[in-house]
Amino acid sequence: MIKRIAQTAGFTGLLAALLLTLLQSFWVAPLILQAETFEKAPIATEVAHEHAAHMHDAQAWEPEDGWQRVLSTTGGNLVVAVGFALMLAGLYTLRAPTRTAQGLLWGLAGYATFVLAPTLGLPPELPGTAAADLALRQTWWIGTAASTAAGIALIVFGHNWLLKVLGVAILAVPHVIGAPQPEVHAMLAPEALEAQFKIASQLTNVAFWLALGLISAWLFRRNRDGQYSA
Amino acid sequence: MSIISSTSPTARHTTTLSQRLTAAIGASILGACLVYFAGFSHIEAVHNAAHDTRHSAAFPCH
Repeated sequence: MIKRIAQTAGFTGLLAALLLTLLQSFWVAPLILQAETFEKAPIATEVAHEHAAHMHDAQAWEPEDGWQRVLSTTGGNLVVAVGFALMLAGLYTLRAPTRTAQGLLWGLAGYATFVLAPTLGLPPELPGTAAADLALRQTWWIGTAASTAAGIALIVFGHNWLLKVLGVAILAVPHVIGAPQPEVHAMLAPEALEAQFKIASQLTNVAFWLALGLISAWLFRRNRDGQYSA
Repeated sequence: MSIISSTSPTARHTTTLSQRLTAAIGASILGACLVYFAGFSHIEAVHNAAHDTRHSAAFPCH
């Protein structure tokens, strides 16, 4: 069972991370690099200075633009993708997909949990955008993902309407509380660039999650060793 | 007598619900740790390395 989870997660993570890197390199990363030219410009406002000081601490290692940066982003993608794939494969041991196409639904649920719900309160941001305290935002993000996961699970797997209603309520809680917002909304990059980045990020993440769900369901079913009848 | 011995091979292949739950929870926690490390860690070098991953995935960054 553990071997099946590890194999599914490992190969799924690898393939999905490669797809993600490809999409990012052509679409998302150029927008980030473009935004950084505003961030590093000498006329940058106070927000930028605060931001830059916060970001480029002392002599912390930083990949150089070019192959180093692409490689380290690929590494980051790989760790994140294997992490998400481990969660999916773990859940499959409880609810094995009966068809490979069901992986798409798992992928959509993952996208809703880890991208769509958090970005309703904290939209994808380009470097150089003013934001509330990092720890507060991270806490809200994690809380939102957790409640969205619990909410979706109750709605989909709940056996009676009471559980489903509870699921909807849990889903809504973080949005009623509201995401931490900065005192002043400000950004260095032009709004058009930010808008483009939001679309690029969302679509890239949809593709990533659909691939993650589909590949993981396919591999999980392929590695079937007769342990599960479902 | 033969009935008893014939049940053992199938019993060997079934996993109990608690075993599956343990595997599911274990895998999920391990997965969450990986995502946290790459996406949320406050270690500066990790942040810099996974910077573009974080922005692209819409994780809170900076």
